[in-house]
Amino acid sequence: MGAADSSPAAPALLCLDNVMRRLLAFFLIAAVSLASAPSKADPVDDAVAALSSGSFDSVHEGVDELVASGSPRAAAIIGALQNGKLYFRPDHTLYIKQDDGTYVGALTGTPIDAGNVKPVRVNNTIRGAMDAALGALRLFSPETAARMTAAEAVFHAADPSALPALTKALEKETDPAVKTRMEQARAAVILASAESAEADRLAAVSVLRVRGDIDARGFLASLSDQPPAVAEAIAGALTAIDRAAQLWSVAQSIYYGLSLGSVLLLAAAGLAITFGVMGVINMAHGEMVMIGAYTTFAVQQFMHAHTPGMYGASLLFAVPLAFMVSGSIGIVIERTLIRWLYGRPLETLLATWGLSLVLQQAVRSIFGANNQDVDTPAWMSGATALGGLTLTWNRMYIILFSAVVLAGLMAALRYTSLGLRMRAVTQNRRMAAAMGIRTPWIDALTFGLGSGIAGMAGVALSQIDNVSPNLGQSYIIDSFMVVVFGGVGNLWGTTLGALTLGIVNKFLEPVAGAVVAKIVVLVLLILFIQRRPRGMFPLKGRAVES
Amino acid sequence: MAITEPTISRRGLARLGAAAATIAAVGAVKTAAAAETSGTIKVGILHSLSGTMAISETTLKDVMLMLIEQQNAKGGLLGKKLEAVVVDPASNWPLFAEKARQLISVDKCAATFGCWTSVSRKSVLPVFEELNSILFYPVQYEGQECSRNVFYTGAAPNQQAIPAVDYLMKENKVKRWVLAGTDYVYPRTTNQILEAYLIAKGVAKDDIMINYTPFGHSDWQNIVASIKKFGSAGKKTAVVSTINGDANVPFYKELGNQGLKATDIPVVAFSVGEEELAGIDTKPLLGHLAAWNYFQSVDTPINKTFIDAWHAYTKKPTRTTNDPMEAHFIGFNMWVKAVEAAGTTDSNAVIDAMLGVSVPNLSGGYSAMMPNHHITKPVLIGEIQADGQFNIVSQTPGLVVAQEWSPYVADTKDLIGDWRAPLHCGAFNVKTGHCTAGKKA
Repeated sequence: MGAADSSPAAPALLCLDNVMRRLLAFFLIAAVSLASAPSKADPVDDAVAALSSGSFDSVHEGVDELVASGSPRAAAIIGALQNGKLYFRPDHTLYIKQDDGTYVGALTGTPIDAGNVKPVRVNNTIRGAMDAALGALRLFSPETAARMTAAEAVFHAADPSALPALTKALEKETDPAVKTRMEQARAAVILASAESAEADRLAAVSVLRVRGDIDARGFLASLSDQPPAVAEAIAGALTAIDRAAQLWSVAQSIYYGLSLGSVLLLAAAGLAITFGVMGVINMAHGEMVMIGAYTTFAVQQFMHAHTPGMYGASLLFAVPLAFMVSGSIGIVIERTLIRWLYGRPLETLLATWGLSLVLQQAVRSIFGANNQDVDTPAWMSGATALGGLTLTWNRMYIILFSAVVLAGLMAALRYTSLGLRMRAVTQNRRMAAAMGIRTPWIDALTFGLGSGIAGMAGVALSQIDNVSPNLGQSYIIDSFMVVVFGGVGNLWGTTLGALTLGIVNKFLEPVAGAVVAKIVVLVLLILFIQRRPRGMFPLKGRAVES
Repeated sequence: MAITEPTISRRGLARLGAAAATIAAVGAVKTAAAAETSGTIKVGILHSLSGTMAISETTLKDVMLMLIEQQNAKGGLLGKKLEAVVVDPASNWPLFAEKARQLISVDKCAATFGCWTSVSRKSVLPVFEELNSILFYPVQYEGQECSRNVFYTGAAPNQQAIPAVDYLMKENKVKRWVLAGTDYVYPRTTNQILEAYLIAKGVAKDDIMINYTPFGHSDWQNIVASIKKFGSAGKKTAVVSTINGDANVPFYKELGNQGLKATDIPVVAFSVGEEELAGIDTKPLLGHLAAWNYFQSVDTPINKTFIDAWHAYTKKPTRTTNDPMEAHFIGFNMWVKAVEAAGTTDSNAVIDAMLGVSVPNLSGGYSAMMPNHHITKPVLIGEIQADGQFNIVSQTPGLVVAQEWSPYVADTKDLIGDWRAPLHCGAFNVKTGHCTAGKKA
């Protein structure tokens, strides 16, 4: 129009122009508000209505719409939904519950009295959509860890619409690890998109081939309708990944075996003392383990109530306490029961078996028949990856713990005067007594030591197994197997026995299945005992011969 | 006789007769007195209170005691009070049979509520059939059984396993299946049925992996790893778990630690309920599924009343409720109704009166006893939430009738159970027209 017109009519025209513009603006606003009132036009309102509808399908749509709307509140709302903090009212308004129990309006973020609200419920499909959506939204988060998870979420979703955001994020990214993750995510997106060029696809395949983990394999295998050259590259990548995985799986099996072995070792170390050194067939050994696990539970309950700040360290307190509780019960058992039965293995077996039932039922009466919830501290949860290995933290710590317990036990036997006396009494009781050692007292302490170690094993087992009155029963047979296999009275034998049984078990399991693997191990053990009745490392010397 | 006959005088005969009459009268008085003083109807409770199954079964004993107390508060049954006879079979399968015999023959229980594992049910089955008594069995099981003396108030496979598989197929587009179970009769039979069902639905044999583990298995590292590997073949994978009892806790812990999320590989379990989750931190398990006919989170007035009564009875506001408890609730109410209808606790009369009895279930509908001695149930799928409860994500629109004999197993596909006249048969072959087993004596 003629704003720049220099004709005399210019002022009038200008004026008319102004009026026209205002009118136009007015109409536009009216049109917009008219349209948004019944439905459409404002995508955020639509999303809110869908999110507060109560049906899974529309909540799913709502999440997608909310992300597409580009609303600045989208990340907050979806984050709240993911944590179960998003609530709705039947009048289609959304609220986010704060940690202190008050509510804020989902779109405004300001505190509000929510009234009678219901949580927005989600299912796995929506959870997947949320992961993908949050991934795309958080690619630019200031925190490295958040960007890392975001990139991983985008990789899993492999949604072509995330490509522009991803490209932009890649340009800005400085952290090398996150950058690699983002490149992998970009590769996944490129391969999933219908529009990508063949060269890009080929490059993407090689990026994922380098990543080479189980997720990359799963993603590559899920691709279909690729150009022939790309399909060939994918097939090649899959073979390469599988070949590498095969090698890693050997290492992984060894790790699993070590971890099972360390559990067996922990359970058997105490028995190696009571049965191996003292020769007492203690069927109540498993119950000492169980009592250790219940001590852990009691410690956690106490700390939860009284010192919640130190809750994460509860296991560290539980270890010495479990040692003391199980150890003192062991001493009491030795003084009241076992000492009357020395030299009568059958009676010992029956009496301790009965005792194990009594202890189980006692615990059942005190704590109830149900499993007790022993928490795993955060530092023991989850896993770390080492190349193609998945190392779970709880198992790692148990391997470490059993090594420490074993080293401590050996040191105690070798370097302390109690250890010296214990060895003396086992090697030649009468001579030891003649040298002035109070053998009955040493017997009680030895039995207490074995029981105490079983108690510490209970702390470790509470992290991987059920804390129930039956906990001990499942380990008693295995423990005897380990001690007999390793050679009675030899801690190194026990260690090697436990690790061998663990590793053999874990190599057999994938081939034969867990049930058959157990049977095969048992049969092999019987054959072995037939040839070497005293186990791998028999004690030598006159004391044994007699 | 021939010798003594002439020597008996008339007076003697009269005396004899009088004596007989007296004895008869005394006898009559005695039986009358017995009925008078023991003015109770005895109900047997056969659940393990010690041993490995105590964890699950103790709760069922408690809920039965509560139901009996409630019924007595309402005035009992047939004008008499109910009396619970609790025995402890100690998770020992042969002991179940002994205790069952004791409940029926010695304690004269009118009906027994009990058993959890299939092997314990199989152990008591001959006893109930021989002594013609009634057992209410409250747990989901593998089917393939239909006894005249047992009322199955738990789910048959088509009321739990198959709808769960259907849900995953439809909702999550699952193409690849891991069937993981404990190595005993329930998982093996269920997996046999499921495998046949999946193959009938067009799933390739290579896309099904079956894995069994011993009872109480605690080291799940390489099994979880192999599930992960099986799931990396590019098709959506799910795990159908018939892992039973204690072994579930370490299994779920390992899933959490190895980072197997429900959005990647969902696990749907048939033996994990609120009670089992009480022993674990459920945050890493968010979204894994369970299929049952009842969840504590069912939002109905009748369920709220039931939960409140349970908390008041146990004096513990955190005690959870679960599916087998609901089964006992339904079974007990059905039995009460049948006894009232029959007017007696006599087994034969009650067994006949049970058919067609319909009572409210806790999810807002009515469950009915069908001629195959199984009940109609809704099927619910729930996702585990952070608080250990289930978020119900799917519910069948109507009630599902149990298939006691699976149509997916070649041996049983032609069998039906029908305890109505004139068939009176637990395993009637519709092809041959013969009753193959379980004919009414």
